[in-house]
Order: sequence, then structure tokens, then C-alpha cells
Amino acid sequence: MSYEIPILPKSNTLAEARRQVEICNACRYCEGYCAVFPAITRQRAFADGDLTQLANLCHNCQGCYHACQYTAPHEFALNLPGILADVRQESWDEYAWPQAFAGRFQRRGTPIALALVVGLALLFALVTALPATDGLGFYAFVSHSLMIAIFAPAFLAPMVAIGVGLRRYWCAVGGQPIRFAHLRHAVSAVATMRNLGGGQGQGCNFEDGDRFSNKRRIAHQLVMYGFLLCFAATSSATLMHYLLDIQAPYEIFSLPKLLGLTGGLMMSVGALWLVMLKRRADRKLGSVRAWGGEMAFVLLLGLTGFTGLWLYAATGTPLVAPLLALHLGAVLTFFLITPYSKMVHGFYRLAALVRDAQSIT
Amino acid sequence: MTKLNALWDLVVVGGGNAALCAAIEAAELGASVVILEGAPRDYRGGNSRHTRNFRCMHQGPLSVLTDIYEEEEYFDDLLRVTKGETDEHLARLAIRTSESCLPWMEKQGVRFQPSLSGTLSLSRTNAFFLGGGKALVNAYYNRAADLGVTVIYEAQVTHVDIQDGVFSGVTCDIAGVTQLIEGKSVVLASGGFQADLEWLARAWGPAAKNFLIRGTPYNRGVVLKDMIDQGAETVGDPTQCHAVAIDGRAPKYDGGIVTRLDCVPFSIVVNRDGQRFYDEGEDVWPKRYAIWGRLVAAQPDQVAYSIIDTKSIDAFMPSVFPPIQADTIEGLGQKLGISGTVLKSTVEAFNAACQEGMFHGNELDGLTTKGLTPSKTNWARPITQAPFYGYELRPGVTFTYLGLKVDETARVTGAGGRMKNVWAAGEIMAGSILGQGYLAGFGMTIGTVFGRIAGKEAAAHVL
Repeated sequence: MSYEIPILPKSNTLAEARRQVEICNACRYCEGYCAVFPAITRQRAFADGDLTQLANLCHNCQGCYHACQYTAPHEFALNLPGILADVRQESWDEYAWPQAFAGRFQRRGTPIALALVVGLALLFALVTALPATDGLGFYAFVSHSLMIAIFAPAFLAPMVAIGVGLRRYWCAVGGQPIRFAHLRHAVSAVATMRNLGGGQGQGCNFEDGDRFSNKRRIAHQLVMYGFLLCFAATSSATLMHYLLDIQAPYEIFSLPKLLGLTGGLMMSVGALWLVMLKRRADRKLGSVRAWGGEMAFVLLLGLTGFTGLWLYAATGTPLVAPLLALHLGAVLTFFLITPYSKMVHGFYRLAALVRDAQSIT
Repeated sequence: MTKLNALWDLVVVGGGNAALCAAIEAAELGASVVILEGAPRDYRGGNSRHTRNFRCMHQGPLSVLTDIYEEEEYFDDLLRVTKGETDEHLARLAIRTSESCLPWMEKQGVRFQPSLSGTLSLSRTNAFFLGGGKALVNAYYNRAADLGVTVIYEAQVTHVDIQDGVFSGVTCDIAGVTQLIEGKSVVLASGGFQADLEWLARAWGPAAKNFLIRGTPYNRGVVLKDMIDQGAETVGDPTQCHAVAIDGRAPKYDGGIVTRLDCVPFSIVVNRDGQRFYDEGEDVWPKRYAIWGRLVAAQPDQVAYSIIDTKSIDAFMPSVFPPIQADTIEGLGQKLGISGTVLKSTVEAFNAACQEGMFHGNELDGLTTKGLTPSKTNWARPITQAPFYGYELRPGVTFTYLGLKVDETARVTGAGGRMKNVWAAGEIMAGSILGQGYLAGFGMTIGTVFGRIAGKEAAAHVL
């Protein structure tokens, strides 16, 4: 092996990440915190793709920062969670498809707010402009077929975009054919958010300096499982509609309602909690330039969950029409910006965990 | 700051491992405690922030430690490195007490992990801190805060007020303002003097100015000197320090672990004049790295160069600085700032003395040179495959041996016998036990054991 491989960094961010990771590789004190450090020790030189993989594997638990002997004012000035967060951001931009949208909703809150306004306006216009149908429940305002016409493409198009991005990522990090064992490893890591566990279940450093806690990990899982429950609610309703010919509105003790209410509650509480924790966290240990975009995204998630609950609570009142527009507008915005917002982290992180499993097994 | 005017039960001078252990023990017993840490918060913890493990006796598997490591073996290991320069009574006390320290440390919030990659040889004897020494220091500061201990950063103690063996307070510079802080007892845990290059130069000679200091720049021995001036009894060779060979490009201070170089056994090492001066392959690196600091310190300009070829570049852990690289030996010499022609003839002489045989990087492979002085007795492979690589080596000082003499209760002795209310723990008294050489993770053992003893003794004295 030669040290004079001409590694031309695509950006200063990657060059800086490389400098920091090489220092980490000569130290290795942090091996026990998360999957990033064992991955570092498996290599001696780091190509751009290697750094992208490490960045997406990093869950930003910040344990390594607080344990580091080399943080500023030391001249080595390490801030690994910070620089990896920046590399992550840039990698999502680089792999985004179509490129015109890359990074549009990543960094600042304003574009997300504007997208939301547009989404809401669209739905309000629909609800007010369309004549009442003979449908029941929500379908009295927006017919089932119209909902499908809007939301099927609004869901599928982003999925395609994310698929293209993931494919680009997989090539960049040298991914191999995926086996079941890799998936099992990755999914179990996601299910427990193992990499926010600090290596021994003590949690991460986030809202309280160098003290460990599991608050962020739990809040994140509330949002994640809440989101998955809401998704399951919609899926079960779709199946009931088409397969069993049972149509909305559903009873309280029906699958869509139970899943949706629980999920909505978890999402709302989790998102609010994340916002509170994030306000107390040290911004420089994340991607400083993306703070606004991340915060707005969490708020949007919370809004989606909360308006869903409110809509349910308002059943039978005149508030249903505006709340329906509010809720569906939030959902629509959320879906459409997914490939170009913080939401995309979940997909890339899962991919990074699968890739990591391939290096271990 | 007004609280500083109080009469503290215990004043702890220093803010590393030993200081924190003392403060926590005393606070747990109900004493009011102030920690005077000379460094700013970012650099708190002295040399403890650079450590990574704790050598621990155990009669069965304990936490992350495997198998057993009993008192006799531990003590034998200590005798081997110190060549008998130890106080057996205190050493055995430290060794025996280490076993109960590990669970105590866990109770205070310290976390351990199995030995790191590349350190498997220590998995039985040394418990590694999850995240390293700074994580341990953080855990202790959090614990101390929970116990109501007051911590003052950038508080540099300049004088310990002791009259007739009785401590009454310290004079301290806090953010440029001189203050008197009064207490009923004191634990001195402010480390050695290795960061004071003037002192090192007086002890070692002017060459010491070229040494690098691996750890904190705040261990300048001010308190140690003040105590010596007041007649405190000392132990340890005042002229000696523990030094290892590290990357010559390391920062002057605080370079820590990443500046180590493990390439020496697979290389030839030449001095400024391009000449070899010692058997690079004498033994495996963990058993030899400690003597190389001294070897390099004895060379002109206190510098040496480790030369390898492509065959060996992956044989050791990466260091923080990439090696200097060239396609010819002459070119490498020039890049390193030494004579390329002399280096070439040194390498050629070495290559000619190499013998056929199997190379085994992880064990003594007996691959020795023939007819070369000094010989290289293991891992002697000709340096022939371009590109060639070179690392600059310089002595990196870890700690000094001179310290305060203490008894088994960590109490300091003055001209008039044992002092009434003055204790010492950590590097400032480690010379009592570690008079020469070094045993990995033993500094933390001494600091923990005697820090805890000092804290408990001080609290018992006051309360």
C-alpha cells in the first residue's frame, strides 16, 4: 500500500473528515461507543466513499466528542460528530434525485414552512371548492378516489426518488449483494436504536453536556414507532377498503383507528420531546448549517401527528373540514419533501447499517 | 466566589483521577470539599485525561477482566519494571486494594470496556475505560457535582500554608487574582513537574529543552517544589523522568496516545548522523517502547529516524502523522533532513547483514543480522522495496519520578515527622511505589487507591 494515492477530496468537508478520522484511527479510545469506531479500525486509508459510509453510520450520539482528548482548544480540534453530520448532509445532497431538489429542505426551516403553506393551501382549496359528496366521514369532504389520486403519487414518487438515491449511495460505499443476515443485523440495530445506546445502554450525550441519558433515544423511538404505526393504520385501512370492502369511517376499536391513534399520540409526544431536547443540545456537535431544517422537520412530523389526533377529536363538529385540510396538507408536504429533508436520514442510515453488517460478517 | 471564603473541611489541590477520588470519598462521608484545578475546564483532569486503563488485581473474572491476576504476579510485574525501586509495603497495598477499587469506580459512574483492538496482551490485567481517561474524568466530575463538591477551574495553587506540620490554607491564583483558601485538611494531587522544561533541564541537562511532553502542560510541579522547600520528605530520583519515543512532529504538549509510533521493531533507527545506535529488534514493542525515549534522548539533538520499506508499512498501528516517503533511500534521507549518502550506506550495510528466514511480526522470529554492530536480533528484513518511509522520533516525557514520601495512610512526612492534616495522592507521590520504569495502567491504580485513602483519612480527621 502506498500513502501517495492521490485522494482528491470532493469538498473541504471530506478533507476535514479524513483528517479527523485518521486521528481517531491512531487513538481508538472510543471503540466501545458505537459502530463507527470499529468500522474505522478496519481500515488504514479512507476514500470519499468510506467517509460517506462512516458519516451515515454515525447516529450523532456525541459520546466520542465528550470523551475526546483532542477537542478544541487542542490544536487537533476534533469534533467528529459535527464533521460527520456535515458529510452526511452533503452525501444526501449528492445522491438526491432529481438533483434540482437536492438540499432544498435540508438546511433551513423557511422552505419547509413555505412547502407547508402550499400544501395546506392546496388542500383547503380542495375542501372548500369541491361540493360535498355523498361519502361518509372525511369522504364527505374529499372523495376516496380524489384522495387516492393525490396521495398515491405523492407517496410513490418520493419512494422512487429515494430508491435512486440509495442506489447511488450503495455504489459509492461499495455495497455488496444483500443477505438476510445483513438485514437482520441492521433492522435490530434500528429497532433498539442501538447506536444511541452509548455501547452499554447508558444512552447518549445530547441535552445535558457530558452526562448520558436515554431521553433522545426514547423520544426518537416514539416518533419512529409512532410513524410506523400511522403508516400501518393507513395500510390496514387500504386493505380493508379494497380486500374486505369495509369502508371508512371506522369504529374506534378497528385496526386503523387503534393503530392511528396510538401512532399519532406517540409521534406528537416524541416530536415535541425531541424539539425540547434539541433546544438544549450543543448545536456545534451536529450540522450547524442544517439546524433550522432539522428543527422544522421535527415540527412538521409533530404537526402531522397532532393534527391527526385533533381531527379525530373534532369528529362531528364544524372543525372537521378545516382540520382535514390541515392534516392532509401536513401529510402531503411531509411525503413530498421526504427525499430532500431530514426524513431521508432513516433510509440512508438503514443502508449504512446494512453495509456495516457486510463488513463485519 | 463568595463561597470560597468558607473554611473548607477539605481542600483538594489538583483535578485529575487521584484528586477526584479523594474529593468523592470525603464528600460521601459528609465533608465540605473544594477542588482547585489548575487547568481550564476543557483541559481538566491532568494526565488522567490521556490514560486508558486501570491495572487491577483480581482473583476471578471481574467486570471486563478475564481469568485471574493475583498479588504475586502483579508484584513480580512491578519488580521487573522497577528493578526493585519500589516500597514493597505501599506497592502491595496498592495492588491488593485495586481489586475493590474497580467495583467502586463503576459505582461512581466509570464504565469499562474489553481491551481495545491492538491491546489484547492487556485483556487479563488491565480494565479499559469506555471512551478513555477523559470519559472517566467526566464521570468523576459529575459524581462530585452530585455530591455537592465545589470545583474551581484555572485555580493555580502557589503555596501550601503549613506551620509546624499543620495545614491551614493555600494561596491560589484564580483568574489572575490571588486568594487565600482556608481548610481543615488538604490532599495534594497536583501531579509531577514534567511540564516545567526549565526544571527538567536543570535535572537532565539542556537536552531536555528538546523533549516533547506527552501530557498536560499544567503539571509544572509548583506545589511539589513548594512542599520540598518547606522540608517535606521526598522519594524518587529527582533527575529522572519516564520517556518514550514518539513521533517527532507531535505537539510540544498534550499530544497523548496518537503520537506513539510502533514501527521501531520493523525498522532500522538511525540518528542525525545517519548511524544506527541500538538493537531495534531486541524484544516485542510493548516490552521495549519505554527504553527508546531514553535512547533517543542520548542522541545528538535528541532526534532519531525510523526507516522502513513497503513490506513493513502495514505491520503496525497507524500513527497520526503520515510517514515521510521517497522512492530512493537517498531521497528519503534528504526529505528527513539527514545525509542521503550516509543513510544509503547504513541501509546497505544492514541489508548485507540480513539473513534468510521466516518473518513473523507478532513474535520474536529470530531473524537476526550477522556481523553488524549493533546487531538487530529479530525482524531483520532487508530494506529494499520502494517506496521507503521514515518517521522522526523524539523523546516524549510521560511523568517524573520525584515525589512526596507518604505512609500507608497517604499522609505526607515533613522535617518534624508525619504532618497532621496533609495527604498526597497520584503522580505527586507515585515515586514511592514506581521508582523506575513503568507498568501500563499502574499510575491510575496508584492514583485511585491513594486518592481514596487520602480522601477518607482527611474526612475522618476533620469530621
